[in-house]
Amino acid sequence: MSDALDVQNITVAYQESTVLENADFSVPQGKLVGIVGPNGAGKSTLLKAVLDLVPKLHGRAVFFGEELKKVRSRIGYVPQRGEVDWDFPTSALDVVTMGRYGHVGLFRRPRKHDKEKAYECLKELGMEQYAKRQIRELSGGQQQRVFLARAMAQDASLYIMDEPFAGVDAKTERAIILLMQKWKQENKTIIVVHHDLQTAQEYFDWMILLNKHVVAQGPTEEVFTKEKLQETYGGQLAFLESSSSEKAGNPS
Amino acid sequence: MTYEGWIIITGVLAGASCSIIGVLLVLRQTAMISDAISHTVILGLVSAFLLTGTLDSFTMLIGAAVAGLLTTIVIQLLKNSGVQSDAAIGVTFTAFFALGVFLISRYAGNVHLDVNHALMGNIAFVPFQTVTLFGVSIPQAFLFVSIVLLLNVAVITLLYKEWKLSTFDPALAVSLGIPAVFLHYLLMTMTSVTAVSSFDSVGAVLVVAFMIVPAASAYLWTRKLSFMFLYSVVFSAAACFSGYYAAKWLNVSISGSMAVMTGVIFLISFLFAGENGVITRSVRQKQHRNREWNRQPAFAPADGKREL
Repeated sequence: MSDALDVQNITVAYQESTVLENADFSVPQGKLVGIVGPNGAGKSTLLKAVLDLVPKLHGRAVFFGEELKKVRSRIGYVPQRGEVDWDFPTSALDVVTMGRYGHVGLFRRPRKHDKEKAYECLKELGMEQYAKRQIRELSGGQQQRVFLARAMAQDASLYIMDEPFAGVDAKTERAIILLMQKWKQENKTIIVVHHDLQTAQEYFDWMILLNKHVVAQGPTEEVFTKEKLQETYGGQLAFLESSSSEKAGNPS
Repeated sequence: MTYEGWIIITGVLAGASCSIIGVLLVLRQTAMISDAISHTVILGLVSAFLLTGTLDSFTMLIGAAVAGLLTTIVIQLLKNSGVQSDAAIGVTFTAFFALGVFLISRYAGNVHLDVNHALMGNIAFVPFQTVTLFGVSIPQAFLFVSIVLLLNVAVITLLYKEWKLSTFDPALAVSLGIPAVFLHYLLMTMTSVTAVSSFDSVGAVLVVAFMIVPAASAYLWTRKLSFMFLYSVVFSAAACFSGYYAAKWLNVSISGSMAVMTGVIFLISFLFAGENGVITRSVRQKQHRNREWNRQPAFAPADGKREL
Protein backbone atom coordinates (compact mmCIF):
# COMPACT_ATOMS: atom_id res chain seq x y z
CA MET A 1 0.00 0.00 0.00
CA SER A 2 1.51 3.34 -1.00
CA ASP A 3 1.90 6.12 1.55
CA ALA A 4 -0.93 8.61 1.86
CA LEU A 5 1.59 11.40 1.52
CA ASP A 6 5.20 11.34 0.54
CA VAL A 7 6.99 14.68 0.82
CA GLN A 8 10.30 14.80 -1.02
CA ASN A 9 12.81 17.51 -0.25
CA ILE A 10 10.47 20.51 -0.28
CA THR A 11 12.05 23.94 0.16
CA VAL A 12 10.04 27.15 0.30
CA ALA A 13 11.36 30.71 0.51
CA TYR A 14 9.45 34.00 0.79
CA GLN A 15 11.43 36.96 -0.55
CA GLU A 16 14.91 36.39 0.93
CA SER A 17 14.20 34.16 3.90
CA THR A 18 13.86 30.40 3.78
CA VAL A 19 10.73 29.23 5.55
CA LEU A 20 11.09 25.53 4.95
CA GLU A 21 14.29 23.64 4.21
CA ASN A 22 14.41 20.25 2.53
CA ALA A 23 11.33 18.92 4.30
CA ASP A 24 11.29 15.21 3.69
CA PHE A 25 8.92 12.72 5.30
CA SER A 26 6.18 10.25 4.58
CA VAL A 27 2.85 9.43 6.17
CA PRO A 28 1.40 5.91 6.00
CA GLN A 29 -2.32 5.49 5.35
CA GLY A 30 -4.78 5.35 8.23
CA LYS A 31 -2.76 7.45 10.66
CA LEU A 32 -3.77 10.43 12.73
CA VAL A 33 -0.77 12.68 12.27
CA GLY A 34 0.25 15.81 14.16
CA ILE A 35 2.68 18.31 12.70
CA VAL A 36 4.17 20.02 15.71
CA GLY A 37 6.72 22.78 16.05
CA PRO A 38 7.28 26.31 17.36
CA ASN A 39 5.91 29.55 15.87
CA GLY A 40 7.41 30.31 12.49
CA ALA A 41 8.52 26.70 12.01
CA GLY A 42 6.81 26.63 8.62
CA LYS A 43 3.96 24.28 9.56
CA SER A 44 1.20 26.04 7.61
CA THR A 45 3.63 26.75 4.79
CA LEU A 46 4.40 23.05 4.58
CA LEU A 47 0.72 22.20 4.09
CA LYS A 48 0.31 24.93 1.49
CA ALA A 49 3.43 23.88 -0.39
CA VAL A 50 2.26 20.29 -0.45
CA LEU A 51 -1.09 21.40 -1.92
CA ASP A 52 0.53 23.76 -4.45
CA LEU A 53 -0.96 26.81 -2.76
CA VAL A 54 2.46 28.46 -2.44
CA PRO A 55 5.34 28.01 -4.90
CA LYS A 56 8.12 25.59 -3.99
CA LEU A 57 11.77 26.32 -4.66
CA HIS A 58 12.26 22.62 -5.20
CA GLY A 59 10.92 19.27 -4.08
CA ARG A 60 7.58 17.58 -4.64
CA ALA A 61 4.70 15.87 -2.89
CA VAL A 62 3.21 12.54 -3.90
CA PHE A 63 -0.25 11.42 -2.74
CA PHE A 64 -1.13 7.73 -2.77
CA GLY A 65 1.71 7.27 -5.23
CA GLU A 66 0.23 9.83 -7.63
CA GLU A 67 0.64 13.48 -8.58
CA LEU A 68 -1.69 15.95 -6.84
CA LYS A 69 -3.58 16.69 -10.08
CA LYS A 70 -4.82 13.10 -10.31
CA VAL A 71 -6.04 12.76 -6.73
CA ARG A 72 -7.48 16.19 -5.89
CA SER A 73 -10.93 14.79 -5.20
CA ARG A 74 -9.46 12.43 -2.58
CA ILE A 75 -7.89 15.25 -0.58
CA GLY A 76 -9.81 17.46 1.82
CA TYR A 77 -8.17 20.68 2.93
CA VAL A 78 -9.37 22.64 5.96
CA PRO A 79 -7.68 26.08 6.00
CA GLN A 80 -7.22 28.15 9.13
CA ARG A 81 -10.52 29.70 10.12
CA GLY A 82 -9.08 33.22 9.91
CA GLU A 83 -8.15 32.80 6.27
CA VAL A 84 -11.62 33.34 4.88
CA ASP A 85 -13.97 36.31 5.02
CA TRP A 86 -16.77 35.35 7.43
CA ASP A 87 -18.74 38.42 6.34
CA PHE A 88 -19.25 36.81 2.93
CA PRO A 89 -22.97 36.75 2.05
CA THR A 90 -23.75 33.06 2.42
CA SER A 91 -25.25 30.53 4.83
CA ALA A 92 -23.70 27.66 6.80
CA LEU A 93 -25.36 25.06 4.56
CA ASP A 94 -24.01 26.84 1.50
CA VAL A 95 -20.46 26.72 2.83
CA VAL A 96 -20.76 23.01 3.52
CA THR A 97 -22.14 22.47 0.02
CA MET A 98 -18.91 24.01 -1.30
CA GLY A 99 -17.23 20.82 -0.12
CA ARG A 100 -19.17 19.02 -2.87
CA TYR A 101 -17.92 21.30 -5.68
CA GLY A 102 -15.09 18.90 -6.50
CA HIS A 103 -17.72 16.25 -7.27
CA VAL A 104 -20.08 18.53 -9.18
CA GLY A 105 -17.93 19.42 -12.19
CA LEU A 106 -17.36 22.56 -14.25
CA PHE A 107 -20.37 24.71 -15.32
CA ARG A 108 -22.73 22.56 -13.21
CA ARG A 109 -24.81 23.56 -10.21
CA PRO A 110 -24.76 21.46 -7.01
CA ARG A 111 -27.63 18.99 -7.24
CA LYS A 112 -30.27 18.21 -4.66
CA HIS A 113 -28.36 15.21 -3.41
CA ASP A 114 -25.25 17.37 -2.81
CA LYS A 115 -27.33 19.66 -0.61
CA GLU A 116 -28.76 16.68 1.27
CA LYS A 117 -25.28 15.32 1.83
CA ALA A 118 -24.17 18.73 3.10
CA TYR A 119 -27.12 18.84 5.49
CA GLU A 120 -26.29 15.36 6.80
CA CYS A 121 -22.74 16.50 7.53
CA LEU A 122 -23.94 19.58 9.41
CA LYS A 123 -26.29 17.37 11.38
CA GLU A 124 -23.52 14.98 12.32
CA LEU A 125 -21.65 17.88 13.88
CA GLY A 126 -24.74 19.01 15.75
CA MET A 127 -25.17 22.11 13.60
CA GLU A 128 -28.42 21.39 11.76
CA GLN A 129 -30.34 24.20 13.45
CA TYR A 130 -27.76 26.65 12.10
CA ALA A 131 -28.03 25.49 8.46
CA LYS A 132 -29.77 28.64 7.24
CA ARG A 133 -27.82 30.95 9.50
CA GLN A 134 -25.54 33.59 8.01
CA ILE A 135 -21.98 32.51 8.61
CA ARG A 136 -20.98 35.71 10.33
CA GLU A 137 -23.59 35.12 13.03
CA LEU A 138 -21.84 31.93 14.12
CA SER A 139 -19.39 31.72 16.99
CA GLY A 140 -15.77 30.74 16.39
CA GLY A 141 -16.38 27.15 17.40
CA GLN A 142 -19.49 26.92 15.22
CA GLN A 143 -17.56 28.30 12.26
CA GLN A 144 -14.91 25.65 12.78
CA ARG A 145 -17.59 22.97 12.85
CA VAL A 146 -18.97 24.33 9.56
CA PHE A 147 -15.48 23.93 8.12
CA LEU A 148 -15.31 20.36 9.41
CA ALA A 149 -18.72 19.55 7.98
CA ARG A 150 -17.49 20.89 4.67
CA ALA A 151 -14.43 18.64 4.83
CA MET A 152 -16.71 15.73 5.65
CA ALA A 153 -18.91 16.54 2.65
CA GLN A 154 -15.82 16.30 0.45
CA ASP A 155 -15.68 12.61 1.26
CA ALA A 156 -11.91 12.53 0.97
CA SER A 157 -9.44 9.81 1.95
CA LEU A 158 -6.77 12.24 3.16
CA TYR A 159 -7.62 15.26 5.29
CA ILE A 160 -5.18 18.11 5.76
CA MET A 161 -6.15 20.53 8.51
CA ASP A 162 -4.47 23.75 9.51
CA GLU A 163 -4.84 24.50 13.24
CA PRO A 164 -8.41 23.24 13.64
CA PHE A 165 -8.22 23.60 17.41
CA ALA A 166 -7.17 27.26 17.45
CA GLY A 167 -9.63 29.37 19.43
CA VAL A 168 -12.50 26.87 19.69
CA ASP A 169 -14.65 25.98 22.69
CA ALA A 170 -14.34 22.68 24.55
CA LYS A 171 -17.45 21.23 22.90
CA THR A 172 -16.08 21.87 19.42
CA GLU A 173 -12.69 20.48 20.38
CA ARG A 174 -14.39 17.24 21.45
CA ALA A 175 -16.39 17.17 18.22
CA ILE A 176 -13.20 17.52 16.18
CA ILE A 177 -11.48 14.70 18.09
CA LEU A 178 -14.44 12.38 17.65
CA LEU A 179 -14.65 13.12 13.95
CA MET A 180 -10.94 12.52 13.46
CA GLN A 181 -11.17 9.21 15.27
CA LYS A 182 -14.13 8.20 13.15
CA TRP A 183 -12.19 9.02 10.01
CA LYS A 184 -9.24 7.02 11.27
CA GLN A 185 -11.47 4.00 11.81
CA GLU A 186 -12.57 4.30 8.20
CA ASN A 187 -8.86 4.02 7.34
CA LYS A 188 -8.65 7.66 6.31
CA THR A 189 -5.49 9.62 6.95
CA ILE A 190 -5.62 12.90 8.85
CA ILE A 191 -2.75 15.38 8.97
CA VAL A 192 -3.18 18.20 11.46
CA VAL A 193 -1.02 21.23 12.19
CA HIS A 194 -1.13 21.48 15.93
CA HIS A 195 0.14 24.02 18.40
CA ASP A 196 -0.52 22.66 21.81
CA LEU A 197 2.18 20.27 23.07
CA GLN A 198 0.13 19.25 26.09
CA THR A 199 -2.62 17.63 24.05
CA ALA A 200 -0.52 16.52 21.09
CA GLN A 201 0.58 13.27 22.67
CA GLU A 202 -2.96 12.29 23.50
CA TYR A 203 -4.50 13.18 20.10
CA PHE A 204 -2.05 11.79 17.55
CA ASP A 205 -0.60 8.37 16.92
CA TRP A 206 2.01 9.63 14.43
CA MET A 207 4.00 12.79 14.65
CA ILE A 208 6.24 15.06 12.65
CA LEU A 209 8.37 17.53 14.56
CA LEU A 210 9.15 20.53 12.42
CA ASN A 211 11.36 23.55 12.80
CA LYS A 212 12.10 24.73 9.27
CA HIS A 213 13.34 21.21 8.63
CA VAL A 214 11.95 17.87 9.81
CA VAL A 215 13.52 17.12 13.19
CA ALA A 216 11.83 13.77 13.74
CA GLN A 217 9.00 11.66 12.32
CA GLY A 218 7.31 8.41 13.28
CA PRO A 219 4.96 6.88 15.86
CA THR A 220 4.20 9.26 18.70
CA GLU A 221 5.80 7.14 21.41
CA GLU A 222 9.11 7.16 19.53
CA VAL A 223 9.07 10.80 18.50
CA PHE A 224 7.53 12.56 21.47
CA THR A 225 10.59 12.44 23.69
CA LYS A 226 12.18 15.17 25.70
CA GLU A 227 15.40 15.16 23.66
CA LYS A 228 13.63 15.46 20.32
CA LEU A 229 11.27 18.16 21.56
CA GLN A 230 14.26 20.00 22.96
CA GLU A 231 15.89 19.82 19.56
CA THR A 232 12.73 21.15 17.88
CA TYR A 233 11.90 23.93 20.27
CA GLY A 234 15.39 24.86 21.48
CA GLY A 235 15.28 27.34 24.33
CA GLN A 236 11.50 27.73 24.10
CA LEU A 237 10.86 24.31 25.60
CA ALA A 238 11.75 25.36 29.13
CA PHE A 239 9.00 27.94 28.92
CA LEU A 240 6.53 25.38 27.57
CA GLU A 241 7.30 22.95 30.36
CA SER A 242 6.95 25.55 33.06
CA SER A 243 3.55 26.61 31.74
CA SER A 244 2.31 23.07 31.16
CA SER A 245 -0.11 23.20 34.05
CA GLU A 246 -2.02 26.04 32.40
CA LYS A 247 -2.68 23.92 29.32
CA ALA A 248 -2.83 27.02 27.23
CA GLY A 249 -3.23 26.63 23.48
CA ASN A 250 -1.20 29.22 21.65
CA PRO A 251 -2.85 30.01 18.33
CA SER A 252 -0.66 31.73 15.78
CA MET B 1 -37.88 54.69 -29.04
CA THR B 2 -37.77 58.24 -27.80
CA TYR B 3 -34.65 60.25 -27.18
CA GLU B 4 -35.13 59.97 -23.43
CA GLY B 5 -35.85 56.26 -23.66
CA TRP B 6 -32.57 55.50 -25.38
CA ILE B 7 -30.55 57.46 -22.84
CA ILE B 8 -32.17 55.77 -19.87
CA ILE B 9 -32.06 52.25 -21.30
CA THR B 10 -28.38 52.65 -22.22
CA GLY B 11 -27.69 53.86 -18.71
CA VAL B 12 -29.60 50.95 -17.17
CA LEU B 13 -27.75 48.36 -19.25
CA ALA B 14 -24.37 49.95 -18.58
CA GLY B 15 -25.29 50.07 -14.90
CA ALA B 16 -26.31 46.41 -14.89
CA SER B 17 -23.13 45.18 -16.54
CA CYS B 18 -20.94 47.32 -14.27
CA SER B 19 -22.76 46.44 -11.07
CA ILE B 20 -22.73 42.65 -11.51
CA ILE B 21 -18.97 42.81 -12.04
CA GLY B 22 -18.88 45.16 -9.07
CA VAL B 23 -20.42 42.55 -6.75
CA LEU B 24 -17.42 40.28 -7.30
CA LEU B 25 -14.97 43.18 -7.04
CA VAL B 26 -16.47 44.39 -3.76
CA LEU B 27 -16.55 40.91 -2.22
CA ARG B 28 -12.96 40.27 -3.28
CA GLN B 29 -11.98 43.58 -1.70
CA THR B 30 -10.56 44.78 -4.98
CA ALA B 31 -13.10 47.54 -5.60
CA MET B 32 -10.44 50.17 -6.11
CA ILE B 33 -8.99 48.17 -8.99
CA SER B 34 -12.06 49.19 -10.97
CA ASP B 35 -11.18 52.81 -10.31
CA ALA B 36 -7.67 52.19 -11.63
CA ILE B 37 -8.84 50.29 -14.69
CA SER B 38 -11.52 52.72 -15.69
CA HIS B 39 -8.92 55.47 -15.77
CA THR B 40 -6.03 53.61 -17.38
CA VAL B 41 -8.38 52.53 -20.16
CA ILE B 42 -7.68 55.96 -21.63
CA LEU B 43 -4.03 54.96 -22.15
CA GLY B 44 -5.26 51.88 -24.00
CA LEU B 45 -7.54 53.97 -26.22
CA VAL B 46 -4.89 56.48 -27.19
CA SER B 47 -2.23 53.77 -27.70
CA ALA B 48 -4.57 51.80 -29.92
CA PHE B 49 -5.31 54.94 -31.91
CA LEU B 50 -1.62 55.83 -32.29
CA LEU B 51 -0.73 52.29 -33.38
CA THR B 52 -3.55 51.77 -35.87
CA GLY B 53 -4.66 55.27 -36.78
CA THR B 54 -8.34 54.36 -36.48
CA LEU B 55 -10.97 55.08 -33.89
CA ASP B 56 -13.29 52.15 -34.62
CA SER B 57 -14.94 50.49 -31.66
CA PHE B 58 -13.31 47.10 -31.97
CA THR B 59 -9.77 48.50 -31.99
CA MET B 60 -10.64 50.65 -29.01
CA LEU B 61 -12.03 47.63 -27.15
CA ILE B 62 -8.85 45.61 -27.67
CA GLY B 63 -6.67 48.56 -26.64
CA ALA B 64 -8.71 49.08 -23.50
CA ALA B 65 -8.71 45.41 -22.56
CA VAL B 66 -4.93 45.23 -22.93
CA ALA B 67 -4.44 48.40 -20.89
CA GLY B 68 -6.75 47.09 -18.17
CA LEU B 69 -4.95 43.77 -17.95
CA LEU B 70 -1.58 45.49 -17.95
CA THR B 71 -2.78 47.67 -15.09
CA THR B 72 -3.75 44.67 -12.97
CA ILE B 73 -0.54 42.83 -13.79
CA VAL B 74 1.63 45.82 -12.86
CA ILE B 75 -0.34 46.25 -9.61
CA GLN B 76 0.15 42.57 -8.82
CA LEU B 77 3.90 42.75 -9.56
CA LEU B 78 4.33 45.80 -7.33
CA LYS B 79 2.40 44.08 -4.55
CA ASN B 80 4.47 40.92 -4.83
CA SER B 81 7.67 42.91 -4.54
CA GLY B 82 6.55 44.44 -1.27
CA VAL B 83 4.70 47.68 -2.16
CA GLN B 84 1.53 48.11 -0.08
CA SER B 85 -1.55 47.17 -2.02
CA ASP B 86 -3.33 50.55 -1.96
CA ALA B 87 -0.08 52.34 -2.85
CA ALA B 88 0.47 49.88 -5.71
CA ILE B 89 -2.97 50.74 -7.11
CA GLY B 90 -2.42 54.48 -6.65
CA VAL B 91 0.99 54.53 -8.31
CA THR B 92 -0.01 52.43 -11.31
CA PHE B 93 -3.26 54.18 -11.97
CA THR B 94 -1.99 57.75 -11.81
CA ALA B 95 1.11 56.94 -13.87
CA PHE B 96 -0.86 55.21 -16.63
CA PHE B 97 -3.64 57.78 -16.66
CA ALA B 98 -1.14 60.64 -16.81
CA LEU B 99 0.74 58.93 -19.64
CA GLY B 100 -2.57 58.64 -21.51
CA VAL B 101 -3.30 62.34 -20.99
CA PHE B 102 0.23 63.17 -22.10
CA LEU B 103 -0.07 61.14 -25.29
CA ILE B 104 -3.46 62.64 -26.15
CA SER B 105 -2.32 66.20 -25.74
CA ARG B 106 0.94 65.59 -27.61
CA TYR B 107 -0.15 63.41 -30.53
CA ALA B 108 -3.90 63.18 -30.66
CA GLY B 109 -5.06 66.68 -29.90
CA ASN B 110 -7.09 67.02 -33.06
CA VAL B 111 -9.10 63.80 -32.91
CA HIS B 112 -12.23 62.90 -31.02
CA LEU B 113 -10.49 61.79 -27.83
CA ASP B 114 -10.53 64.20 -24.95
CA VAL B 115 -10.00 63.80 -21.26
CA ASN B 116 -13.11 65.62 -20.20
CA HIS B 117 -15.23 63.35 -22.36
CA ALA B 118 -13.44 60.30 -20.93
CA LEU B 119 -14.21 61.28 -17.36
CA MET B 120 -17.78 62.49 -17.74
CA GLY B 121 -18.94 60.61 -20.83
CA ASN B 122 -21.55 61.97 -23.13
CA ILE B 123 -24.73 60.08 -22.52
CA ALA B 124 -26.85 62.91 -23.90
CA PHE B 125 -25.45 62.22 -27.39
CA VAL B 126 -26.03 58.46 -27.26
CA PRO B 127 -29.20 58.53 -29.43
CA PHE B 128 -27.48 60.44 -32.27
CA GLN B 129 -24.80 57.90 -33.12
CA THR B 130 -26.71 55.00 -34.60
CA VAL B 131 -25.99 51.79 -36.44
CA THR B 132 -28.45 49.74 -38.48
CA LEU B 133 -29.02 46.20 -37.35
CA PHE B 134 -31.58 43.95 -39.11
CA GLY B 135 -33.01 47.05 -40.71
CA VAL B 136 -33.55 48.80 -37.39
CA SER B 137 -31.61 51.88 -36.48
CA ILE B 138 -30.30 51.68 -32.92
CA PRO B 139 -27.71 53.73 -31.04
CA GLN B 140 -24.23 52.27 -31.24
CA ALA B 141 -23.62 52.68 -27.49
CA PHE B 142 -26.79 50.71 -26.74
CA LEU B 143 -25.63 47.82 -28.93
CA PHE B 144 -22.22 47.90 -27.35
CA VAL B 145 -23.36 47.79 -23.70
CA SER B 146 -25.97 45.10 -24.47
CA ILE B 147 -23.34 42.77 -25.91
CA VAL B 148 -21.05 43.25 -22.95
CA LEU B 149 -23.92 42.79 -20.51
CA LEU B 150 -24.84 39.47 -22.14
CA LEU B 151 -21.21 38.40 -22.00
CA ASN B 152 -20.91 39.28 -18.32
CA VAL B 153 -24.14 37.51 -17.41
CA ALA B 154 -23.01 34.41 -19.30
CA VAL B 155 -19.58 34.28 -17.69
CA ILE B 156 -20.98 34.82 -14.21
CA THR B 157 -23.83 32.31 -14.42
CA LEU B 158 -21.78 29.59 -16.09
CA LEU B 159 -19.02 29.80 -13.51
CA TYR B 160 -21.24 30.83 -10.60
CA LYS B 161 -20.02 28.29 -8.05
CA GLU B 162 -16.41 28.78 -9.14
CA TRP B 163 -16.68 32.55 -8.57
CA LYS B 164 -18.34 31.96 -5.23
CA LEU B 165 -15.76 29.53 -3.89
CA SER B 166 -12.69 31.30 -5.24
CA THR B 167 -13.97 34.53 -3.69
CA PHE B 168 -14.90 33.08 -0.32
CA ASP B 169 -12.09 30.58 0.12
CA PRO B 170 -9.36 30.75 -2.55
CA ALA B 171 -7.23 28.12 -0.82
CA LEU B 172 -9.97 25.47 -0.94
CA ALA B 173 -10.79 26.50 -4.50
CA VAL B 174 -7.21 25.88 -5.62
CA SER B 175 -6.98 22.63 -3.70
CA LEU B 176 -10.13 21.44 -5.52
CA GLY B 177 -8.52 22.28 -8.84
CA ILE B 178 -10.50 25.46 -9.58
CA PRO B 179 -8.16 27.79 -11.53
CA ALA B 180 -8.33 30.76 -9.15
CA VAL B 181 -5.54 32.71 -10.86
CA PHE B 182 -7.23 32.35 -14.23
CA LEU B 183 -10.51 33.53 -12.69
CA HIS B 184 -8.75 36.56 -11.22
CA TYR B 185 -7.43 37.66 -14.60
CA LEU B 186 -10.71 36.79 -16.28
CA LEU B 187 -12.48 39.12 -13.85
CA MET B 188 -9.92 41.85 -14.54
CA THR B 189 -10.41 41.43 -18.31
CA MET B 190 -14.18 41.61 -17.85
CA THR B 191 -13.72 44.73 -15.74
CA SER B 192 -11.68 46.39 -18.50
CA VAL B 193 -14.06 45.38 -21.28
CA THR B 194 -17.06 46.50 -19.24
CA ALA B 195 -15.36 49.78 -18.39
CA VAL B 196 -14.61 50.56 -22.02
CA SER B 197 -18.05 49.57 -23.27
CA SER B 198 -19.72 51.88 -20.79
CA PHE B 199 -16.97 54.46 -20.96
CA ASP B 200 -17.90 56.31 -24.11
CA SER B 201 -21.50 56.74 -23.07
CA VAL B 202 -21.36 57.26 -19.33
CA GLY B 203 -17.72 58.17 -18.59
CA ALA B 204 -15.13 56.88 -16.15
CA VAL B 205 -16.63 58.45 -13.04
CA LEU B 206 -20.02 56.82 -13.54
CA VAL B 207 -18.36 53.51 -14.46
CA VAL B 208 -16.61 53.49 -11.09
CA ALA B 209 -19.79 54.58 -9.32
CA PHE B 210 -21.78 51.80 -11.01
CA MET B 211 -19.14 49.20 -10.23
CA ILE B 212 -18.71 49.95 -6.56
CA VAL B 213 -21.69 51.76 -5.07
CA PRO B 214 -24.70 49.56 -5.97
CA ALA B 215 -22.80 46.43 -4.90
CA ALA B 216 -21.70 48.06 -1.66
CA SER B 217 -25.33 49.09 -1.01
CA ALA B 218 -26.68 45.63 -1.85
CA TYR B 219 -24.16 44.11 0.55
CA LEU B 220 -25.91 45.96 3.37
CA TRP B 221 -29.38 44.66 2.46
CA THR B 222 -28.80 40.97 1.90
CA ARG B 223 -26.80 38.05 3.16
CA LYS B 224 -27.25 35.94 0.06
CA LEU B 225 -24.95 36.16 -2.92
CA SER B 226 -27.59 35.75 -5.63
CA PHE B 227 -29.72 38.50 -4.06
CA MET B 228 -26.68 40.72 -3.92
CA PHE B 229 -26.40 40.51 -7.71
CA LEU B 230 -30.11 41.20 -8.11
CA TYR B 231 -30.21 44.17 -5.73
CA SER B 232 -27.15 45.77 -7.34
CA VAL B 233 -28.80 45.69 -10.74
CA VAL B 234 -32.02 47.14 -9.31
CA PHE B 235 -30.13 49.88 -7.47
CA SER B 236 -28.13 50.93 -10.50
CA ALA B 237 -31.32 51.04 -12.60
CA ALA B 238 -33.00 53.16 -9.94
CA ALA B 239 -30.02 55.52 -10.03
CA CYS B 240 -30.37 55.83 -13.82
CA PHE B 241 -34.04 56.78 -13.72
CA SER B 242 -33.83 59.14 -10.80
CA GLY B 243 -30.54 60.56 -12.05
CA TYR B 244 -31.90 61.30 -15.50
CA TYR B 245 -34.96 63.15 -14.26
CA ALA B 246 -33.00 65.01 -11.61
CA ALA B 247 -30.57 66.14 -14.32
CA LYS B 248 -33.42 67.27 -16.53
CA TRP B 249 -35.10 69.14 -13.70
CA LEU B 250 -31.93 70.85 -12.47
CA ASN B 251 -30.31 71.14 -15.90
CA VAL B 252 -27.05 69.41 -14.93
CA SER B 253 -24.81 66.68 -16.35
CA ILE B 254 -26.77 63.46 -16.76
CA SER B 255 -24.00 61.02 -15.84
CA GLY B 256 -22.92 63.24 -12.95
CA SER B 257 -26.47 63.22 -11.68
CA MET B 258 -26.73 59.42 -12.02
CA ALA B 259 -23.50 59.03 -10.06
CA VAL B 260 -24.89 61.27 -7.33
CA MET B 261 -28.00 59.08 -7.18
CA THR B 262 -25.94 55.95 -6.57
CA GLY B 263 -24.50 57.84 -3.63
CA VAL B 264 -28.00 58.71 -2.39
CA ILE B 265 -29.02 55.04 -2.63
CA PHE B 266 -25.96 54.06 -0.66
CA LEU B 267 -26.75 56.63 2.01
CA ILE B 268 -30.32 55.33 2.32
CA SER B 269 -28.98 51.76 2.58
CA PHE B 270 -26.42 52.78 5.11
CA LEU B 271 -29.07 54.34 7.31
CA PHE B 272 -31.96 51.93 6.87
CA ALA B 273 -30.76 48.57 5.50
CA GLY B 274 -32.20 45.68 7.53
CA GLU B 275 -30.12 44.74 10.51
CA ASN B 276 -27.12 46.71 9.24
CA GLY B 277 -28.69 50.15 8.95
CA VAL B 278 -27.42 52.74 11.39
CA ILE B 279 -30.92 54.09 12.09
CA THR B 280 -32.82 50.78 12.00
CA ARG B 281 -30.27 49.35 14.37
CA SER B 282 -30.61 52.13 16.90
CA VAL B 283 -34.42 52.05 16.63
CA ARG B 284 -34.37 48.32 17.20
CA GLN B 285 -32.06 48.65 20.15
CA LYS B 286 -34.39 51.22 21.64
CA GLN B 287 -37.41 48.94 21.13
CA HIS B 288 -35.47 46.11 22.64
CA ARG B 289 -34.57 48.21 25.67
CA ASN B 290 -38.19 49.27 26.05
CA ARG B 291 -39.36 45.67 25.87
CA GLU B 292 -36.79 44.65 28.44
CA TRP B 293 -37.87 47.52 30.63
CA ASN B 294 -41.57 46.63 30.34
CA ARG B 295 -40.88 42.98 31.01
CA GLN B 296 -39.25 43.78 34.31
CA PRO B 297 -41.84 43.82 37.08
CA ALA B 298 -42.54 47.32 38.22
CA PHE B 299 -41.80 47.99 41.82
CA ALA B 300 -44.34 46.10 43.90
CA PRO B 301 -44.49 46.96 47.57
CA ALA B 302 -45.47 44.35 50.14
CA ASP B 303 -49.10 45.50 50.33
CA GLY B 304 -49.60 44.54 46.67
CA LYS B 305 -50.27 48.07 45.42
CA ARG B 306 -48.08 49.12 42.54
CA GLU B 307 -46.31 52.34 43.06
CA LEU B 308 -45.60 52.98 39.35
